[in-house]
Amino acid sequence: MQILEKLALYWTYPFVRYALAVGVLIALCSSLLGVTLVLKRFSFIGDGLSHVAFGAMAIAGILQVKNEMPLVMAITILSAVLLLRTGQHTKIKGDAAVAMISVGALAVGYLLMNLFSSSSNLSGDVCSTLFGSTSILTLSAAEVWLCVGMSVLVVAIFVLFYNKIFAVTFDEDFAKAAGTNAGGYNLLIAIVVAVIIVLAMNLVGSLLISALVIFPALSAMRMFKSFRSVTICSAVLSVFCALMGILISILAGTPVGSTIVAVQIGAFGLSCLTGMVLGGIR
Amino acid sequence: MAQLTCQNLCVGYDGKSVLQDLNFEVYAGDYLCIVGENGSGKSTLMKTILGLQVPISGRILTGDGLRKNEIGYLPQQTLVQKDFPASVKEIVLSGCQGRCGSRPFYSKEEKRLAAESIRKMQIESLSGRCYRELSGGQQQRVLLARALCATRKILLLDEPVSGLDPKVTAQMYTLIESLNRQDGITVIMISHDIAAAVKYASHILHIGDTVFWGTKEAYLHSAQGRLFAPEKGGETL
Repeated sequence: MQILEKLALYWTYPFVRYALAVGVLIALCSSLLGVTLVLKRFSFIGDGLSHVAFGAMAIAGILQVKNEMPLVMAITILSAVLLLRTGQHTKIKGDAAVAMISVGALAVGYLLMNLFSSSSNLSGDVCSTLFGSTSILTLSAAEVWLCVGMSVLVVAIFVLFYNKIFAVTFDEDFAKAAGTNAGGYNLLIAIVVAVIIVLAMNLVGSLLISALVIFPALSAMRMFKSFRSVTICSAVLSVFCALMGILISILAGTPVGSTIVAVQIGAFGLSCLTGMVLGGIR
Repeated sequence: MAQLTCQNLCVGYDGKSVLQDLNFEVYAGDYLCIVGENGSGKSTLMKTILGLQVPISGRILTGDGLRKNEIGYLPQQTLVQKDFPASVKEIVLSGCQGRCGSRPFYSKEEKRLAAESIRKMQIESLSGRCYRELSGGQQQRVLLARALCATRKILLLDEPVSGLDPKVTAQMYTLIESLNRQDGITVIMISHDIAAAVKYASHILHIGDTVFWGTKEAYLHSAQGRLFAPEKGGETL
């Protein structure tokens, strides 16, 4: 009862409601594309792109751009397109390309911040960008609506192009031979991924975005056998874990991002067990 | 008129040509086997025919009512597919993608077509199963069913029996033969197995240092044919 009372008290604060809404929406969006990304061997793209976004933020800071969002978005989308564009036929394979961009952007971003820093607390700035600051607790109503709009767009795109995304992910060459514009859909996936990652940086920070992309997909793949059920399960799991994570972090006073990931890890363990039990029955 | 005509075709990648000056025609109902050593450009040729790569020079013409996106393709398996969580039904249905155009969802007609392809490949009992749990031969049948959703006219098969054991290989060849004989579907197949090529194909395209294209009978009397297929149904190369 005490917990419920405490939650009811927190619920009266708008920032708690905002945080919950944004958290759930971002978890939903990132999990939808997570299945595709994991299968395309781009599990680390969340990490890579968030480092790019970090580098972009450093550049925005140096240029003293007032509203850094458009610049960060543009640079991240560009990197995502470069990474995913060539699909199966690259000289540098997916994991190596992602690692290269990820480490490179992080280093350059930190270097630039160091050289041209205007802030006295540099490591504090870096830390909050990477691990997610309290920014999810300081969201304005406008940011929440932006996030709602983006999420609706992402979900709509995903539902409308679900069959194409499946075809392109499963077999790019076949899809192309059948006349599907595989390049176009890869581009679309890349752009949507970049948008989600820039949005998600507000929630969990750069380093923990990967978890939002990977964990629900991997957990769902332990338990389910078809693409549709895996996708639905990963969306449900992701939303549930985000909700639990935020609630626990409010009650226990733990950092939001790491709490969500801890819940995800727990869910993954349970999924593995469930998968084993189901496999044993069959 | 031929379904597929290659005129002075030169294929390759990154601007380097692998195969020059190819001329051949494929008519409806033909069973063409493309044979040759590793690296001779068999797969490159097939990808060019499919439009996945642009030819360096020359032309590929389709005729006899065949449109470019009406070609059914059985690719070699990729790494991604090995642990892909997808049911057999979902994969076969994705073969109808070319028919959809920009329409987002599959129609009743396309679902019926997928069910029919599944029946034809005798994999109804597997239709709810997960692709990654199937054996190699079963997976090839699934991909063949998918290719059948994309076409009623011509199938391009890229080494359809690689990695299969002898018994399943024979079943696969019989299945392909029946599609060719009974359903009148043109087959173009890449193969390492010259003995099987000579046994099932109506035409042979042998690529390498010298190129041979013609009927199976002519191939058996040609220089390459005598070299590689000493006797009909002889040892696998």
